[in-house]
Amino acid sequence: MSNTSRYHAPFGPAGATPIDAEIARKLLTTALSRGGDYADLFFEYNVSGSYSLEEGILKAAGRSVSMGLGVRAMKGDATGYAYVQELTPEAMQRAAKTAAQIAAGGGAPIPQSFQVPGVAERYTASNLSLDLGGESKRELLLRADRAARAADKRVMRVEASLHEELREILLATSTGKLVHDRQPMVRFSVRVIVESDGKRQGGTSGGGGRRSFEYFDERSPEWHAQEAVRHAIAMLDARESPAGELEVVLAPGDSGVLLHEAVGHGLEADFNRKGTSNYTGRVGQRVASDLCTVVDDATQYGSRGSICVDDEGNTPERAVLIESGMLAGYMHDQHSAQHFKTQPTGNGRRESFQSHPMPRMTNTWLLAGPHDPGEIIRSVKRGIYARKFGGGQVDISNGDFVFSLTESYLIEDGKLTAPLKGVNLIGNGPDVMCKVSMLGNDFETSDGVWTCGKDGQSVPVGVGCPTIKIASMTVGGTQMGGGA
Amino acid sequence: MIDYDFNKLIALGAQVVERARAAGADLAEAAVSEGAHLSVKVRMGEPELVEEAGSKSLGLRVMRGQQVAVTYTSDLSEQGLARFIEDAIELAKLAQPDPFAGPPDPTLLSRAGDHSDLQLFDAAVDEIDAARAIDMAKRAESAALGSDKRLTNSEGANVSRQAGASALVTSGGFQGGFRGTYASISVHPVADDGDGKKRSGYYWSARRFANELEAAEQVGLEAARRTLDKLGSRKLDTQEVAVVFDPDAGRSILGLLASCINGGAVWRKSSYLAEREGQTIASPLVHVVDDPLIVRGPGSRPFDGEGLLSRRNVLVESGILKSFVLDTYSAKKLGKQSTANASRGSGASVGPSTTNLLLKPGELTQQALLESTERALYVTDMMGFGFNAVTGDFSRGASGFWIERGKRIFPVSEVTISLNLDDMLKRIDCIANDLDLRTSICAPTFRVSSMTVAGK
Repeated sequence: MSNTSRYHAPFGPAGATPIDAEIARKLLTTALSRGGDYADLFFEYNVSGSYSLEEGILKAAGRSVSMGLGVRAMKGDATGYAYVQELTPEAMQRAAKTAAQIAAGGGAPIPQSFQVPGVAERYTASNLSLDLGGESKRELLLRADRAARAADKRVMRVEASLHEELREILLATSTGKLVHDRQPMVRFSVRVIVESDGKRQGGTSGGGGRRSFEYFDERSPEWHAQEAVRHAIAMLDARESPAGELEVVLAPGDSGVLLHEAVGHGLEADFNRKGTSNYTGRVGQRVASDLCTVVDDATQYGSRGSICVDDEGNTPERAVLIESGMLAGYMHDQHSAQHFKTQPTGNGRRESFQSHPMPRMTNTWLLAGPHDPGEIIRSVKRGIYARKFGGGQVDISNGDFVFSLTESYLIEDGKLTAPLKGVNLIGNGPDVMCKVSMLGNDFETSDGVWTCGKDGQSVPVGVGCPTIKIASMTVGGTQMGGGA
Repeated sequence: MIDYDFNKLIALGAQVVERARAAGADLAEAAVSEGAHLSVKVRMGEPELVEEAGSKSLGLRVMRGQQVAVTYTSDLSEQGLARFIEDAIELAKLAQPDPFAGPPDPTLLSRAGDHSDLQLFDAAVDEIDAARAIDMAKRAESAALGSDKRLTNSEGANVSRQAGASALVTSGGFQGGFRGTYASISVHPVADDGDGKKRSGYYWSARRFANELEAAEQVGLEAARRTLDKLGSRKLDTQEVAVVFDPDAGRSILGLLASCINGGAVWRKSSYLAEREGQTIASPLVHVVDDPLIVRGPGSRPFDGEGLLSRRNVLVESGILKSFVLDTYSAKKLGKQSTANASRGSGASVGPSTTNLLLKPGELTQQALLESTERALYVTDMMGFGFNAVTGDFSRGASGFWIERGKRIFPVSEVTISLNLDDMLKRIDCIANDLDLRTSICAPTFRVSSMTVAGK
């Protein structure tokens, strides 16, 4: 059971100074003392460990602890927010008083008692990686190092790292909810550099999730090491990528970054509340080809993007965003849900107690289609096959987005041929989604590596998709005359 | 409540160093920081967010022999501190000896008397309260939205200020501290374009001293102009053409160079410049300096993250790579001396980083540079992460303007620009004089004679 862990938030039920209903009521009373429609208290304890290996040795080990309380008071569209790290009664009261400043008039009632809603089970914090001995972590990294060096003589450098984390949150709201959750995370990554004939290339592999060491039973350190070496070796012979509009085929899994950028952000309801997204007011309209059904699904067990409860105390399920190409709905936090007079979808997330919640994605999936992946590649006369990705970005207002490829191949006459240098793809969200002309039956989810940034706040997310064919997209290579 | 007295932080750091030594560390370095911030957002004339907080945290690096561990905590209770020190020692025992680990040469450590007053703290910044910040943000947004009917919406105007103090204490005998402030104002208007798209633009001003910020109204008007300029943006045909980088876009190109001359990337051979010291890596017009001693500079500091006296370093002179950016560890790895560029990152780890990194301005005004340009893509914004430091391959999304015979012809979006960074730096054929020290990496407008622009 979790009580055997060394790591417990002092404010949590198993902590030294648990926050009880009476303390919560007092603080909420202060937060609403100048009026306001709503207030909440967000307690967070985050402890993380990091282990990094290079040059064959565990070179540095680290641990971080961060803890605090964020107090939020809301009145209409205005939010007052204050946080403290010191959890003394005086410091907490001061934060509540600072947050209260925003409101003048109105006045939500103070809850007489709190209800503790059941929390979904989408991960377990009962066998935390943090509680396991350091030697076992050092050994995982050494295994990756040995495997990478054994995989190919051209490997000249190996870096491996393990990051482990526990985030414990406690939320008390003026609507009478008291919610507690312990959110584990591990992330393993390997990076290699290979050298051949004076040319160097890097390769990477990584994964993890809201898991503990059982993750490594499914994906071993050796697997990641070999994958990183494969990536680097494949890129040694990379040639200049074509420039211009081409047919593009995306591999299943990590290509979901495309969805995340092309449609995901634009469907976060804060942009639509403000009318600044190009998807504003388009519910019920066509925004993608009829092959496309997109969901945000927080429920997958152990996934990096999964949460049992969001940072406002709501439980996300599986929200359908696009159904057969038609815009079905947005992702909401409480604020946007209130604006649109709907229910929050449990997408209110924040980086830490130092930041206010916003609508954010959890795991964003493009569901499987009808096509055989081999048939999709065979259908392309000249195009690009994208296999690994470095990340992406979107301009919400006009829908333009990019994502960068770190492993891609030329497709010629239906076959993968030359590997191509790192390149960016650029497109416009609805435009590209309407050009999805084939969709594989081979849906995969990403391994746990992705982090999403918005307004300076980072949160872990998952992506997933099958093989995707886009009829035309701009490829940012350097080779002129590369277009079809 | 926060008095920004770094001597109190030094006292806490000294106590932690002593306890870590007593617990078995041969070397201990404590970095303590304390700060306060206020951030407000106004949208469509109404306050949307007021955020206020203070913070204090402690980072510790310990070595047992040559075994290294780093720990970080914001829990400064007695119990928290005890656990923090115990964790550091336990983790150091787990790490394997690193023959290059060690403290800086004690004779290189600076003393408090050596530290110059760089004017990094302005009490007037710390005095900006929520009401005044909201007023500034309101004036800035309203100047923007009132200037043209086509500006129908807004992502808001933000005003923020931060103030803080930090201190470093090492068992090697260094004690030092300093304090600083930073204030910024930004406006982000949105205009309706044809074809159902929206165009958003922004402008911002940031300084260490409150009275050096651009006036709120001026920031708003400039943001409005930049947003309206984007109306009617279109793609270009795929072509090879000159590319002009405005200061915001140019700054991120300079940031890529910074990542490739960083000692950490160099000794790891994960930079295409790893073996290029003393060689030509850029056009003869290119001079790059890292200068931590600029008075009121955003990245200025009297000493580095290991206590070495800050100094100005010439990194690239007339296109020749003169020096890498080094801390003690990377310098040892490369058989050199530290350039006093150690920096303490999140989680208390130590590594080299730049302070105020500047591409030296040329003679021409930005206007004159544009007028001397026959045909070019003028880039104002870039998107994405398409850069491979090992090879220098670069490919990013871009938007801006099409320039012909020295004039802006139409706005451009949804294109990519690509070229290996090595070629890009060598093809810089003009640098303007419009350097504005808003951020710690800073470039004037410059032009690259030819890149691949991919569009239609």
